[in-house]
Amino acid sequence: MQTQRIDYTQINGWGVDADPENDPTYPMQHREDAPPRDIFYDRPPQQPITVEVLHSIERPDVTAVFGATLPPTGLSGVIRRFAFKYSENEYKHWLPLILADRVDVVEGVLKDLAHGHVPNIFAEKGYAVEWKYNRTAFVTKMATIVAVTVGTILLLNSGKDKKSKRK
Amino acid sequence: MLAMEYRGPKRVRAVQKPMPEIKHPEDAIVRVTRSCICGSDLHLYNGNVPDTRVGSTFGHEFVGEVVEIGPDVTNIKVGDNVIVPFNVSCGRCYFCQQGMFGNCHQANAMATAVGGIFGYSHTAGGFDGGQAEYARVPYANVGPTVIPPGMDLDDAVLLTDVVPTGYQAAEMAGIQKGDTVLVFGAGPVGIMAARCAWLFGAGRVIVLDKEDYRLEFVRNYAPCEAYNFEEIGDPVLFIKKQTDWLGADCVIDAVGAEAAGNVLQTITGRKTLLQAGSATALHWAINAVKKGGVVSIVGVYGPTDNLVPIGNAMNKGLTIRGNQTSVKRLLPRLIDHVQSGRLNPKALITHRLPMEEVADGYRLFSAKLDNCIKPILIPPTVTK
Ligand SMILES: NC(=O)c1ccc[n+]([C@@H]2O[C@H](COP(=O)([O-])OP(=O)(O)OC[C@H]3O[C@@H](n4cnc5c(N)ncnc54)[C@H](O)[C@@H]3O)[C@@H](O)[C@H]2O)c1
Ligand SMILES: [Zn+2]
Ligand SMILES: [Zn+2]
Repeated sequence: MQTQRIDYTQINGWGVDADPENDPTYPMQHREDAPPRDIFYDRPPQQPITVEVLHSIERPDVTAVFGATLPPTGLSGVIRRFAFKYSENEYKHWLPLILADRVDVVEGVLKDLAHGHVPNIFAEKGYAVEWKYNRTAFVTKMATIVAVTVGTILLLNSGKDKKSKRK
Repeated sequence: MLAMEYRGPKRVRAVQKPMPEIKHPEDAIVRVTRSCICGSDLHLYNGNVPDTRVGSTFGHEFVGEVVEIGPDVTNIKVGDNVIVPFNVSCGRCYFCQQGMFGNCHQANAMATAVGGIFGYSHTAGGFDGGQAEYARVPYANVGPTVIPPGMDLDDAVLLTDVVPTGYQAAEMAGIQKGDTVLVFGAGPVGIMAARCAWLFGAGRVIVLDKEDYRLEFVRNYAPCEAYNFEEIGDPVLFIKKQTDWLGADCVIDAVGAEAAGNVLQTITGRKTLLQAGSATALHWAINAVKKGGVVSIVGVYGPTDNLVPIGNAMNKGLTIRGNQTSVKRLLPRLIDHVQSGRLNPKALITHRLPMEEVADGYRLFSAKLDNCIKPILIPPTVTK
């Protein structure tokens, strides 16, 4: 198990970037080099805001550039708008965003179906490579999921039966 | 054009999407020639990054040919083959001016704590990424860097993230000549960090992971001592014994939110998202470093909270440094390292997949199947 200590004198480039000054245990930033604290210094031109952009309330405005292909939509969009009422410092910002992401997944499946496309989840999950390179573990996992699902359904149904018999 | 598309946790597919357009005078459109899947993409893939919208195209590691430029683009021209740093950066804000291109203040409207990153959710600016045939590259005067003549595209694409991140991990660790450097994670980033630690004069480099094939690779590639943390008992105790009971001088976290090794962390950090990812490696790093030592974090965690022994960090007088890599700042030095043969990035590439098979690529890399270290995607428009 023990691996060999390395003789670093043989390594191409050993120590070429060594810097005794780069010892962050001690203060090291040269403050005199810092630019003025004006974040609008030479602000780049604004990308036209043609779609809804939710921006962090920890800044005054939308940045000069932004991704514009996926504005918030649907129920997930409603939740995202709510989240962006709160700063990045708040759980009320991040937890709704995670919720919105999950709602978005359901909306995504519905949109697929509405477009007449049944998502091939087996392919989207890349199960083909599990089958190819990890077959035993993959089959075991799938069998477990099927067994647990079938078991749960049977259990729930037997509960129903008892109830209906009691009636 | 063909593009990768996110559909939900662990569900991605290749679809036809509209071509990207110039939206800002400093934009360029790049025809992608190589695109990687990264450990950072796994946080998105697993659904662990808030505001990852269904329909997003991921991909922050890509190179390509400039096919269109906005009216204000002067530093690159149509036909140039460029390395596109994974950060979107304006080059003139308060942070870019200090060389902090990973922390640009004009690139991500959605979160002030995070810089702009290609294909990395709306929490990183909502930009579509480069796992596609074409990509929109904002601030094209700043990031994109012409690939030097003769450089292999496989080397070039690793200069967008893996090489600079491994390098900056070692740089932030403040390595002094002779130091013992401990690296958590033998993924592409950890492997490169271990290699780069020598450039800063490390005296000893130790890597911990749980995938034997990756340990074998890094042992020869860095080269370094490498151990499977599942076979050494308590990894912190093991490192103390290895380092005269003092601990390592510098520790690098090249694992991040998908860390294995601790059930409580896995359940709270990865399964239920009660914390912003599993902080197992960071926890071990704080406890395995010597007093007064440095912990360098490049592993990515989410924006909420993580369980780490911060009290020990105080009692031990630690310095903790971390960042998204400032790719643009490091490129000149690293291009030199690659051209001079001191660094050989393309050796990390184990899999080449046509972009159509993106779902298989994600699964392969995520589940660490078929001895995968670094997969790259080749768009259908690319012939060589
Ligand atoms: N800061 C940046 O700019 C930046 C850039 C790129 C990547 N990253 C981050 O770096 C990390 C690594 O990226 P990668 O592409 O190498 O990913 P990867 O998934 O290929 O590698 C991670 C490795 O860590 C190992 N691991 C899991 N738990 C561990 C533990 N407790 N201790 C030690 N090793 C453990 C895994 O087996 C795996 O080999 C990710 O978090 C990624 O997001 C950061
Ligand atoms: Zn990356
Ligand atoms: Zn900037």
